Amino acid sequence: MKKLETVQLDHGSGGLASQELIKDIFLSHLDNPVLAALEDSAVLETDRGRLAFSTDSYVVDPLFFPGGDIGLLAVHGTINDLAMRGARPFCLSLGMILEEGCPMEVLRLIVDSIRKASCESGVPVVTGDTKVVPKGKGDKVFINTSGIGFVDKGVDISASMARVGDVILLSGSMGDHGITILTQRAGISMQGKLRSDTMALHNLVQKIIGLKSGAVHTLRDPTRGGVATSLNEIAEAAGVAIEIDEAEIPVHKEVDAACEILGMDPLYLANEGKCLALVQAEYAREILQAMRSLPEGAEAAIIGRVTDGPAGRVVLKTIAGGSRIVSSLTGEPLPRIC
Amino acid sequence: MKYLSEYRDKKLIASLIDEVRRVKTAPLRIMEVCGTHTMAIFRHGLRSILPGDIELISGPGCPVCVTSSAHIDGFLHVALLDGVRVAIFGDLFRIPGSQGSLAQAQAGGARVEVVYSPMDALTLARKHPEELVVFLAVGFETTIPLVAATILEAYRQNVNNFAVFSSHKIMPPALHALLGDPELCLDGLLCPGHVSTIIGAAAYEPIARDFGISCIVTGFEPVDVLQAILMIARQVAEKRNDVENAYGRAVNWQGNGRAMALMHQVFEPVDCQWRGLGVIEQSGMAIRQEFARFDAEKRCDIKLTETPEPKGCLCGDILKGKKTPIDCPLFKGRCTPLNPVGPCMVSSEGTCAAFYKYGVV
Repeated sequence: MKKLETVQLDHGSGGLASQELIKDIFLSHLDNPVLAALEDSAVLETDRGRLAFSTDSYVVDPLFFPGGDIGLLAVHGTINDLAMRGARPFCLSLGMILEEGCPMEVLRLIVDSIRKASCESGVPVVTGDTKVVPKGKGDKVFINTSGIGFVDKGVDISASMARVGDVILLSGSMGDHGITILTQRAGISMQGKLRSDTMALHNLVQKIIGLKSGAVHTLRDPTRGGVATSLNEIAEAAGVAIEIDEAEIPVHKEVDAACEILGMDPLYLANEGKCLALVQAEYAREILQAMRSLPEGAEAAIIGRVTDGPAGRVVLKTIAGGSRIVSSLTGEPLPRIC
Repeated sequence: MKYLSEYRDKKLIASLIDEVRRVKTAPLRIMEVCGTHTMAIFRHGLRSILPGDIELISGPGCPVCVTSSAHIDGFLHVALLDGVRVAIFGDLFRIPGSQGSLAQAQAGGARVEVVYSPMDALTLARKHPEELVVFLAVGFETTIPLVAATILEAYRQNVNNFAVFSSHKIMPPALHALLGDPELCLDGLLCPGHVSTIIGAAAYEPIARDFGISCIVTGFEPVDVLQAILMIARQVAEKRNDVENAYGRAVNWQGNGRAMALMHQVFEPVDCQWRGLGVIEQSGMAIRQEFARFDAEKRCDIKLTETPEPKGCLCGDILKGKKTPIDCPLFKGRCTPLNPVGPCMVSSEGTCAAFYKYGVV
């Protein structure tokens, strides 16, 4: 078949198609060492210390969903991208692209959510921009936020820092955001309480990196592409193998049930308030306790370890007692036939 | 969780494997007919815990994988017609045809909707009266009755802008055709759980009898699959080849008579081309003349032309259980989920997709 020559939805999925797009188009034109590291945010050396800088765009449909809305996501997402390098988030920018005809009430609700998230996390929106596109050229509201943060001395957190022997923690249950959006989009209502997990993780991150200098090697928030794709990215960046235990990975039972019905695997579903932490083994218990002492990490668990197996390989020990490979997401998760 | 966690119980799984080892008197070759079984076996890593001399062979039970290139190309042709919106189950979205996939067609402006039920396609038709909404129907007995019910509903409501492009297939004729191949030499079949909810376990009695093979209907959790393997091992040890039902919580002996009646009211068996398997007599389900106005092939005047399989692609032999994806020169090289050569690489139930995604540790 001919090579794809148009942008497809899969290019925005956060999986292999996205990675290929980034490599083929963006990195080939804009290559520099900071960008090429493909971290959640860039960390830049300056005369006054190290600066973390990140940007993210939000196009979620529906705009409002159980557990949150696009405004909360836009604040939490960029704060989390900064936090995943160990940065203290300092300020945010807010770019709004509005579609002609979007009800003002919708906009008010979203901006109020942005205010709330910004106040609660202590990270102010300090600059902004608004554009309006003709009806049909957008989808009500698209948001871009960028953020700046500062990285304390001695903090050096990146995917490439993962080391053989590290213990892998997940700060809570997996798949809540992704399955909430999918079921909302499909108009499927389920019993139980499916809700997005959107929340800011910078306080949790500061708490765990403050416990023992250098003990936290890698942090990633498994958003699009889910835990599976994030672990593959880490394994590849650090040139290590990873092993996780299916039985140890927290998944809410409502999420499990919805996944069974739709034929989804929670390992590939987006999370908006969870982080993976790869930490030095001797501090893992202490870091786990610290995570669990905060509401955002109450369900944290140790889910696996870094091994000296083939570089880039992620293996799952299944509940059944078997093993299998966990590969990256390819494209948008789609429901199956039967 | 009720009906889930108890079928993934580690202790029960370990004891079933011990029992398989104890009972087994010879190496076993077992085919899982259904793509969902293939996926479940990989997802739970069952190959890695089973005795090494139990060979699990993937069969032809992934509906999009066995859809002929003529139909896939026909689907794309319909999607690109002016004034048409197509509705599909998610599995079809990325399937490559000779001219591209529906995903590519959508990026080029075609209206492609992923739905969860054929009834959703009918809802789309009512919502867009100015368009012809065509449901591209791929599937076995599991989904055919749903499509039949949807056509009857469209008939009752007199919805004129709804049609179905049927590439439906039924399982028993394909199993007969496949098992007639002496090269396969199977000891047992894991019969498809979902299809069997409709056709019933009794449907496999002629197969067990004609081919001397154990047929076990089972579900998709590790305990279901291992229970079925144990039953095959036991039958082989006792020199029996019977039909047994290990999926009693979903499947009964006679099947779902009402669903079968719906299916036969709207559809009739026709000879049908299966990708990799060739033409199998009376294995397809075409829309009956009485409902011809809902038949997209007639309504859009579609001519189906078979195109040769891409060079080097082993999907045919893989679907017949004669080769595995590892034997294919294109696997993981020219053929990947991002750039698939054949449907088996992108279907959520495809054997190549399972080997690619879950690998062999």
